[in-house]
This record gives sequence, C-alpha cells and structure tokens, in this order.
Amino acid sequence: MSRLGIPQLALIALVGVSGSGKSTFAARHFRATEVVSSDHCRGLVSDDPNDQSATKDAIDVLHYIAGKRLAAGRLTVVDATNVQREGRAQLVALAREHDVLPVAIVLDMPEGLCLRRNAERPDRDFGAHVLRRQRADLHKSLRHLEKEGFRRVHVLRSPEEVAETVLVREPLLNDRRADTGPFDVIGDVHGCRAELEQLLAELGYLVERDAEGRPVGAAHPRGRRALFVGDLVDRGPDTPGVLRLVMGMVAAGTAMCVCGNHEQKLVRALRGKKVTVAHGLAESLAQLSAESAEFRKLAEQFCYDLVSHYVLDGGKLVVAHAGLPERFQGRASGRVRSFALYGESTGETDEYGLPVRYPWANDYRGAAAVVYGHTPVLDAEWVNNTICLDTGCVFGGRLTALRYPEGELVSVAAQQVWCEPVRPLQPVNPVRPDDELNLTDVLGKRVVETAEHGRITVRAENAAAALEVMSRFAIEPGSLLYLPPTMAPTATSQRADVLEHPEEAFAGYLAAGVREVICEEKHMGSRAVLLVRRDGGAVHTRTGRAFFDQRLTDQVLARLQAAISAAGLWSELATDWLLLDAELLPWSAKAEPLIREQYAAVGAAASAALPAALDMLRAAADRGVDVTDLLQRNESRVNNADAFRAAYRRYCWPTDGLRGMRVAPFQVLASEGRTYHDRPHSWHLDLLNRLSTADPEFVATTDNLLVDTGNPDSVAAGVRWWSELTEDGGEGMVVKPMANLVRGKRGVVQPGVKVRGREYLRIIYGPDYTEPANLDRLRKRNLGTKRSLALREYMLGIEGLRRLTSGEPLWRVHECVFAVLALESEPVDPRL
Amino acid sequence: MTLTTTARPATDLGFLLHKHPQRARAFEVSAGTAHVFYPRADEQECTVALLLEVDPIALGERVSDRPYAASSLLAVALGSVFRTAMNGQCEQRPELAETAIPLRVHIPAVGGAQLVHRLFEPLGWQVAATPLPLDTEFEQWGDSPYVDLRLTGELRVADALSHLYVLLPVLDGSKHYWVDHTEVDKLLRVGAGWLAAHPERELISRRYLAHQSGFVRTALARLAESDEVAPQEWDTPEEDPAKPVPLARSRRQAVLEVLRETGAKRVVELGCGPGALLRDLVRDKQFTELLGVDVSVRALQLARERLPEQVELRQSALTYRDSSLTGYDAAVLMEVIEHVDEERLPALERSVFGSARPATVVVTTPNQEYNARYETLVTGRFRHADHRFEWTRAQFAHWADSVAAQYGYTVSYLPVGEPDPVLGPPTQLAVFTRQEGR
Repeated sequence: MSRLGIPQLALIALVGVSGSGKSTFAARHFRATEVVSSDHCRGLVSDDPNDQSATKDAIDVLHYIAGKRLAAGRLTVVDATNVQREGRAQLVALAREHDVLPVAIVLDMPEGLCLRRNAERPDRDFGAHVLRRQRADLHKSLRHLEKEGFRRVHVLRSPEEVAETVLVREPLLNDRRADTGPFDVIGDVHGCRAELEQLLAELGYLVERDAEGRPVGAAHPRGRRALFVGDLVDRGPDTPGVLRLVMGMVAAGTAMCVCGNHEQKLVRALRGKKVTVAHGLAESLAQLSAESAEFRKLAEQFCYDLVSHYVLDGGKLVVAHAGLPERFQGRASGRVRSFALYGESTGETDEYGLPVRYPWANDYRGAAAVVYGHTPVLDAEWVNNTICLDTGCVFGGRLTALRYPEGELVSVAAQQVWCEPVRPLQPVNPVRPDDELNLTDVLGKRVVETAEHGRITVRAENAAAALEVMSRFAIEPGSLLYLPPTMAPTATSQRADVLEHPEEAFAGYLAAGVREVICEEKHMGSRAVLLVRRDGGAVHTRTGRAFFDQRLTDQVLARLQAAISAAGLWSELATDWLLLDAELLPWSAKAEPLIREQYAAVGAAASAALPAALDMLRAAADRGVDVTDLLQRNESRVNNADAFRAAYRRYCWPTDGLRGMRVAPFQVLASEGRTYHDRPHSWHLDLLNRLSTADPEFVATTDNLLVDTGNPDSVAAGVRWWSELTEDGGEGMVVKPMANLVRGKRGVVQPGVKVRGREYLRIIYGPDYTEPANLDRLRKRNLGTKRSLALREYMLGIEGLRRLTSGEPLWRVHECVFAVLALESEPVDPRL
Repeated sequence: MTLTTTARPATDLGFLLHKHPQRARAFEVSAGTAHVFYPRADEQECTVALLLEVDPIALGERVSDRPYAASSLLAVALGSVFRTAMNGQCEQRPELAETAIPLRVHIPAVGGAQLVHRLFEPLGWQVAATPLPLDTEFEQWGDSPYVDLRLTGELRVADALSHLYVLLPVLDGSKHYWVDHTEVDKLLRVGAGWLAAHPERELISRRYLAHQSGFVRTALARLAESDEVAPQEWDTPEEDPAKPVPLARSRRQAVLEVLRETGAKRVVELGCGPGALLRDLVRDKQFTELLGVDVSVRALQLARERLPEQVELRQSALTYRDSSLTGYDAAVLMEVIEHVDEERLPALERSVFGSARPATVVVTTPNQEYNARYETLVTGRFRHADHRFEWTRAQFAHWADSVAAQYGYTVSYLPVGEPDPVLGPPTQLAVFTRQEGR
C-alpha cells in the first residue's frame, strides 16, 4: 500500500488520457461533491457529456464551480484530461487566485488498457489517434508539472499502483487549529537576547543554559508555550543568542515561531544569494560569523523552515509577522506569504522615506484575533480584533507579550537603545472611532448575528435611510452605543370606551408564562440615552441626534456625574462610565416645534371652526331646520377638541437651560464590562432612585407597582393604579416582566408593553377618536408587525451592548446600533 | 364656510344654488359628508352654510387639520354640491345668475395667511383676515398658519364659487389630492374669465396643479417622525438645477475650470445632490469617468433622472470609509462641508484626504463674511437651513491649511462670484493638490 499525502485544502488536477481511470479514481478517493468533472459540465451545458463542441462552455462552468468551492475553503478535484499545458495553467491560476495549493495526480496508464476501456464504453467512439495524441501531450508535460506551479505531483503508472494508493489528507503547515494553547505571543525581538530572557522570566518561564551559561531553552511550569511573531534576528546585540534560545524552545516544543521578513532575508544571505546588506543584517552576519559553521547551518535551516503564519485555537487566533487579512488566513500561496512577512504598502512613502503601510487592520472584520508585529509602535493596542506587539525593543522601546487567551499584556523595557530608529516610535495609528467604520459595515442588505435571538435581517432600503440619518444627524459613533427599541402597545381592548386597557397587558404576560410584572409610570417626555463618563459623555435622541447643544449637554452631564458620584455608583459598579435609558421632560423641551406645527395648529383650527359651525347650526335649528344629529355631533366634537388641547398642553412647560427640565432614568443599560438586562427592574429602579435622592430637582423617579398576573386582586390593583394615572390625562404605564429579559415557550417575551391613557391617545389618534364609531374602526389595528419589530430592535440593542461590554471592535457595536435605526424606518403604523 | 347675500329677495340664493332654504341636506363626498343648510333665510339676508364632516379615521395615520381647516377637500365638496351654480346655470332665475350681487363669505379657519389678500383682492373682494393664535395658553408660540377669513364683494354667485373652488387648494399649504391630469383642463374651465388676468396666475396654477400623489411616508420620513421631527425638516433638497441661480452657476463654472486645468480624467463628486455639476462635467470630453455619490437617496433619484447613463451614481457617506472612492484623479466637494457637523469633519477629512486620496480635491463653501451683503438674511443666520456652520475666509484657510499639512497636500484658494472689496467673494474655493512622494 502506498500513501500519498495531499493538502486538506487544495485544487487537485487529475491528469490522464481518456480511459485512464480518472473518474473511478476520483470516486474512490473523494466525496462526489468534491469532484468537478468536465464530462459532467459538458452535460450541464449541452445535455451530452461527450459533446466536444461544448467543451469551452463546459470548462467555463467547471472553473466557476471550482472557484466557488475554493473561495469557500473546500478541497476541489478537477476531473478532466488536463493533458494540455494551457488547460493546466488555468487551473494553477485558479488555485493561486484563491490562495490554495495546486496539486497534480497523474494517471499514466498503459495505452492498451485505455483503448480497451474506451472501447467498452458505447459513448466513447473516438479513434485510437485521439488517444495517441493525448498520450503524446501527457508525456510531453510530465517533466514540467512542478515548473508549471503544481506544488505536489504524484504519478501513478499502473493499475496495480492505482489500486494500492491510499490518499492521506494532511493539514496545511499553518493549520494548528487543534492547538488551543495557552500561549504567550511575543513581539519582534531583533537580537535583544537579554530582554527576551527577562520577558520569559516575567512570564514565568524557566530558562535552561548550556555549559557556557548561554540560554538554550525555556519551559513554563504550567505548560504554556511561547509564540514568536518573527523578526528574531538583525539590528540587536545578540542575534545568535536569541536564535539559540528560540531554536531550543521550538525543538523542545515549548515555543512556536512564524517567519519574519528579517529571517527570510537572513536565509538568503546565509545561502550566498545576493542581498542588500541593510536594516541590521550586517550585525547578524557579523555575530553569526563568530559562531560555528554547524550553528550557522542549524540557524539557516531553522529560519528556512519557518512558516508564514499559524491559525490556532479552533481558528480563533492567527499569528503572522505583518498581520493577515481574513481572506488569506489558513491559505497557502506566494502572496499569502508575502503579506504575512511584509504586509502591503500603499506605494507612498512617509516623510522619513519609509513605505506607508496599507492600514489593513482598519479594514479587518474577521472573527479571528490577529496578533502580529513588524511595525514598531509606541503601545500595543487592539484595533478591530488585531494587535501589533512590536513595541520597538531594539529601538529602546519595550519587548511585549500577549497572554492568550487571557488577553493580558506583559512587557519589559529595553536595556538601551540598540539601534537608532529611522522614525520615532508612533502610536499604532492615529485611529479614531470613525477610522474603523467602513461603509460596507452598514450599507446594503445585512444580516446581524445575535447571540440571543439568531439572525436579524436589515433590508437595503432601510439601511439607506439609516445611513442618511446616521451621517447627517447622529453624534460620533464612538459615543453612540445604543438606540432604544420601539415598544408595542398592549393588545387592543374590547371595552366600549377605550383602545388600550391594562387587563390585556396582564393577561398577555400571564399567557406567556410571566406572573411577576412591574408597572412603570410612563413619563411623557422624549426618550434620551445618557452616556455618562466620569469626564464627558453624550445625551442623544432615539435616532442618535445630540439632544442639546454642547453647552447644555455639558450641564446635563455635570449634574448626572455629580449625582452618580454622590450615590457612589462609580465604585459600586466598578466603572468609569454608565449608559442609561431615560426619558427627558418636558416633552416640549425637544418636541416643541412639532407640538406647535402639528398639534397646536390642529387645535387652533378646531377651536375656530367648530364653534363657528355650532353657531350656524343653532341658528338653523332656531329657524326650524332639522339639524339635530349634526348639531349633537358638532357639540361633541367641540368637547373633543378641548380635550385634545388639554392633552398636549399637559406635556408642555417652558424651560430655560436646565431650569424646568428633568430626566427620568429607568434602566441601566451597561457599564464597564457588563450589561444589566439580567437584573430585575426593581434593581434598576432602586439603583436609579439613588440618583434622584442625590439630585431630586433634576432626576425624577419612576413610580411603579408590582402585579401578579395570576392573582385577580393584584390585577385589579394594577388596573386601579393605571386608572388613577390616566384619569386626569397621564400618559399611562409600561408593563414589563419583573425579571427583565425573559424567555417563554416561544422565545423571548416582549420586554414591555405600553398601556396608554384614554386622553393621552387623543394626541395620537386625533380629537374625535373616542367617538364610538371611530373607536370601533380603530380597534381593528394590527399589532403583529409592531410587536415583531419591538422584539427585534430589543434583541439588537442587547446584542450591541454585549459586544460593547465584551470589548469587541466599534464596527461590531455600530452594526447593531445602525440596524436598530434601519429597522425604525420600516413601515409600521406610527400611532402604535 | 358660509355664503351670505343681502340682495333682495335674499332667499333667491336658494334658487341660485339649487338648494332649498328650509331644508338641511347631506351629500356623500369622497372625504366624508357635506352638509348644506341655511342659518338665516329671509327677505333681507340669506346665508347658506356648507359644512364638511371629514372622516378623521379615513385620513390616515397622523393627526390632521383637515377636519377643521378649509382645504382642498372643502373645494372638492363645494365643486360637487354646487356644481350647477358654479357653472352659472339657473333656470328659474337666469337673469339673477348673470347679475353681480352683494356677497359675503366667511371661512373660520383657512391656511395661507400671507396669500389671501394677494389672491382675492384682484378678483374684486374686500378681504379681512384675522390671524388665529396657535394656543392662547402659550402666547409665546405666536400665530397659527390659519386665519379667520371674511370676503365681501359684489359678484356673480358663480364667480364667487369658482374663486373659492380654485383658490382654496391654493391656500392649502399641505399636499393635496389632485392626481388626475384632467385637472389642467378643469382649472382652465373653472378659471375661465378671471384666471388669465389674475396677477398671481402663475402662483395659482403652480400650487393648484402641484400634483402630489398623496403623502408617501418614505423611510426617511418615518425616522424623522420616530424622533419627533417634522419630516420636511430633514428633507432639505439642494438647489434645483431647473431653477438656475447665478451664484450656483459661477460656482460650477469655477469648479469646472479648476478640474480642466488639472487634466483630471476620472472625477468623483462627493455630495453630488441632484447632479447639477455632473451635468456640466458630462458635456466635457476630458472627463472619461464620472461618479457622483450622495448620502440622500432622494437626491440620487433626482440626479439619475437628469443625468446620462455613463455617469455612475451611488449612495455613500463621507463619515464612513468607502474604499470604492479610491483611484480617482479628482474629487469635488461643492457646498458640502458646511452640511457636516464640525465635530464630524475629521471623519470626512480622513475619508477624503486619507482614504480616497485623489491627486486633486476641490472644496467650495460659503464665505460667511459676505452674508452681510444679503439683505434678506437675518444677521447670524445661515444661508441654508441645513448648514451647520459658515466660515470666514480666515476660518476656511485655517481648516484647509491644517488638513493639507496633515494629509500631505498643498492648497491654493480662488474666489467664486463677484467679490466685495472688503467682504470677499460670496463663495470660497480651495484646491488641494497631493504632494507626490509623500
């Protein structure tokens, strides 16, 4: 039995004349879906697998399918004769385009056997001359396959050999997904042996030394392993010492190392290739010349064997010297290696004459954390799930390690400036939040994956509207961490005189299995999200606009900061910032233009028109004209219009700066490192009441009542409470599951439903909505879309907060915030 | 509304209108029910009242003034209920229908406070319009858009009705419901004899015929509404290319000349609006590839209708990095930066100068100093409601110089429009040129 190794991810070209047994071979060694055959593709385009005139189209289809598979990272076998160089060149190009290895398996069978096989198949009627030509082509090709770019070539020359062959799928050299660590990833060492020893000691490694006292290995008592990002060599004082130590660790299995550009060049120099001796190579060569030839040979081999990058820990960690975009991770090609070692340059040079590196990390959207070095930076900082550990030790900076999976950074200072940098060390990038956001993060149809609620789809036209609002009106994304979800009203009441009533709300939660609910007074103001940092923050509306100008914002924040300090919440929640969901009063503080233009204007017209009509109707009635019904209706409408004016007036009062303004926070959304949707609402209200205690003038409390939905007395008390709230025009209440986020039999239950007062709803449904005939028609309102929307927005909000507090990159948080805004533009009856 | 005559016998009004003064009658019309009755009908004076009961539920999803203020709905009802009278036909009193008689019209709430005098006075009416306050409890809110309107004149009843029929929709500030193309004919027919001579005939025709297919709630409007903002506040289209403004033209000309000089072939306009500049550029063969981007979907739709296919258009936002904007020879930001909050400008700078990085960037923006020359502009106000700032020449230069230094560009300045010797030009223009080797 002979075992042939093939890479797990490869494009495998079967090469052999017609009748050489390629399809049989493919069927035996590969899954049917892994094989794309030219015969099959001919059939697809022409209904005849042997129609040679369809070959060109068939090959196009074949390449298309193979391309899709390779893009998805799937091994693909091309079953075609592939005896001609041009055809194979296309396959090699296809493999390179997808950064996978091209492999050739040649079936070079005896001519007679092939002839016989073809003769046995009635559909293969071509003559012996065709076969002879194919054979000639094949033999002409055999010697050149490797030169053509095939990275492995296996030739099988007899049916016996074919029968004995077993294919073994081998992981790529970079594939260490099974290795879960823990690791200590170490940045560019550049010959700084002393600092490396110090760092290893700091990390808890015990260094072994040879007879001369030179470090030749290091091991961690708890089995941690070092993972070097490359550039061990050049520039520094002791490249051989570093190599000796790292080579020892790698040989002993206590370290791994990827190749840096300096190792690559050192190998070429040691092998006598012509290289420009610069960037510290001279030091390495001089230092190595003092070593034994044997050591030099070992070092050369070590550097030569280094792979371009590693994919580790189930694909969650990628280590590459210069970083690696997602599309190259776990792939193998010249350009993958080139990127991993050198990165990409924009083609421009900076004021020091150094190439400007393409900021790939800004665009990085991959799930794997990418740890790299190569570009000396002042501090190691995460940018979109990537981190550069080259903190310029050799330039007098520090040598830095990242403990994985802990995420902790450990570093030691350079003992001295070993090499003057051409350019002073700089921060990773002058990256500000916006830099990290790409248009492609938000535009077009999007599907947001949420941890709690599966996939939520945003339609392209809604994203387009959200982009406009986000771009023209919203505050900067680094401070826009949450947008409040919409809330559905309770199921429509069938009572004669109202549209909404608490009974349906309580019954609804009882049916969903929720006994304990909290009724919270609905403050009739405007929704505000408060981001309060110890220093600074933001106050924004439900579409992300700044609530106030900067001066007033600062005043609001100062009051809140003081209240939070006085209540001791900074330390209690161990945080430097708090994100609060709140209502800002009065309604007119923000909505006055709308109140004037929409509500007051209607009231003005009604107050003029209806009494005039009443006068005319009374005059007609006095004349004996029968206008009784009309007169009655009109009298009722006059009252309705008065009630309408009274309804909106309740929520308007003048403010002057902060004077007259109040804020009613009702939920703690997040603080450093944690979210609070798992805390009962009573916890939230108790905590936030303390802010009101600290500043009762500015911070309002939220009245509330607990109701047991299964207890008729408790339900009756809830109804009474609502009636009292709303009788003189109060907006109403919100009923929420006490426990906050609750899952029922059919998934997450509504996080809250609003039960609005009869008089308040005049503002929404118009002055005359309470006329029985109108109420009857309005009762047919459909709540399904609104409910679904409320739930989706709620879950997106929670997902965004989860991402925020678990330290995910800004674009991941922004994706959720943006999605909520986009969903808000879906067509739903705005009165709900 | 009511219509009163003091012509004797006043009750003849009943004949003219074909509605009996002793009876109240109801007519179903599209918006609801129109009621006709006479509050007074005697020898000396006769008043007919037309009361339109609008069905508020059928109006849709927002609280509306339609059930209260006279609007196009009332005009439709009037045209339907008094059609014969409006056509001047009266079999029983034919000579009366041909006679101008003393008439009074009272409409207790109607929009268009600034227009009523201009519209009705040329037709022979005496106009008394009393503004209605928005809310007597909030006097600081001022007047509502409505007036209590009283018209007095000596006219034929048919003329009075036709005036109201045509002019009520004109006064109606909201979008109204004419969608039918026969409306042009109807306008000409009903307005025959007086519209052609009316000094405001253009305004009347335009507003009467302002075909609006109902009110479409766009996705953007829904967002505005969810944030308690009037949708029109977010919907601030830029200048209409169909209505040329001299300054806009010289601005486009100046940009065009700069672009020609640079030899740019592939040009992207960032914030292209409805595409006025692109329309100029596409006529010049020098520009082989043109792309316009804007954040407004509506602006792009307008631009698409006006521009040939070879101009590519797509949505983008300058506060996000858009890698598809790289590789152009030149980028134009014509009257764009002043629409971006100053705090968000660094994001725009990075997108344009850091990421897209064309060899040339042309930026125009108003010169705030020049605002003093605009007599109608209140001091301290901006030229456009959506402007977030307007800069003096020094402020603009300060910004442009620091952007240029930060991103490796050089910058030069050009005036646009007729400059004032002291205040400078109305528009300022900066040309940024990328420094090579940097």
